[in-house]
Amino acid sequence: MALNENEILAGLAEIVNEETGVETDAVEMDKSFTEDLDIDSLSMMTIVVNAEDKFGVRIPDDEVKNLTHVRDAVNFINSNQG
Amino acid sequence: MSTPKANQPALTIPPAVQHARIHGLGSYRPERVVSNAEICENIDSSDEWIQQRTGIIERRFAAPDESIIDMSEAASLQAMKQAGVTADDIDFILFATISHPYQTPAAAPLLAIRLGITSPGALDLSAACAGYCYGISMANDMVRSGSAKYVLVVGVEKLSDYVDPHDRGSAFIFADGAGAAVVGPSDFPGIGPTLYGSDGDKWDNIVQKDSWLNLREAIENPESGLTPRWPYIEMKGQSVFRWAVFSIAPIAKKTLEASGVTPDQLDAFVPHQANMRISDAMVKAMKLPEDVPVARDIATTGNTSAASVPLAMHRMLQAGDAPSGGLALQIGFGAGLAYAAQVVVMP
Repeated sequence: MALNENEILAGLAEIVNEETGVETDAVEMDKSFTEDLDIDSLSMMTIVVNAEDKFGVRIPDDEVKNLTHVRDAVNFINSNQG
Repeated sequence: MSTPKANQPALTIPPAVQHARIHGLGSYRPERVVSNAEICENIDSSDEWIQQRTGIIERRFAAPDESIIDMSEAASLQAMKQAGVTADDIDFILFATISHPYQTPAAAPLLAIRLGITSPGALDLSAACAGYCYGISMANDMVRSGSAKYVLVVGVEKLSDYVDPHDRGSAFIFADGAGAAVVGPSDFPGIGPTLYGSDGDKWDNIVQKDSWLNLREAIENPESGLTPRWPYIEMKGQSVFRWAVFSIAPIAKKTLEASGVTPDQLDAFVPHQANMRISDAMVKAMKLPEDVPVARDIATTGNTSAASVPLAMHRMLQAGDAPSGGLALQIGFGAGLAYAAQVVVMP
């Protein structure tokens, strides 16, 4: 069954926390991965791959650069989840 | 199915040898140490940023007049000395590099002349960062099939000639150095099965910017609109990271299984020194036990492509971080994209 936005956000926050140690509460929709959460490009790739596994979506390399904010990632997963 | 023609002799083939191993290992690091601060004279970056993204503190660059032949000669002499062989014993040279500055001829025959090896089989291998591990695999097969007794495998790069010092995506990664191994017959299996493969869909992830034909067009035809420029190597770091960690780490595990070795039985894990972050992520993805020593030569050597695996292993052996006679999983991966991995008994 498809997850709603809040469920995706919660799942994504867990992945971000595991990779970077950023508190899950800090992973909010309007936060920038790089500017606010201090996540670099390589950690972002790890988060992307783990999100693919968790949500059953495919996030191509070329798409990753468009996922600048948490909201972008949640929306992409929401639109593409199986 | 064709069958041999009647009344002709069966072909004579050399007797096969059951096992092969690495008898000797050598390495060469250029004298000049290049700090992150020096790299940052040409790019908008910092020592802290480079260390955090790559684990590289410093790297070595060859002198302007120091060639890949010079560097590989030094590494080869060490490997031959440890193996206890002379130039007369070497039948074949497999020379892995992407920084030989001639389209043709190959570099391998030049090295043979330097080492005094008379008329060996000699050719270059173009598999970038996987080249040395491909070479070990091919040398193993040649020795075991009986087509060569001792094979000299070289991995060498002078990437400072091919990396744009102003490219913020690659200038701080690549460096220069050489490693060499002598592979020969053995009483025990010293080189396990090699798992290899490639992914041409990602051909442009690490690539020479322009082909030689584009360079010729730019020089000979000013109206083409092309700018004559040195065809530096460029890299899509994020994509390579993803491939290396999430596609290659499972290969590493399969390589252990193919050799009948469990992760806790390893005395060393020697991944290509691409980026410390890649090595760390691979270790995590493989669930490698914490007490298995991991090669971290990149910190002071940088990414030396084909040379990185023998350089890293040699340093571990010399420093006592890995035991002679112990088992190491070595894995090369990079431009192609291509990879090759095997478990070896360290010399």
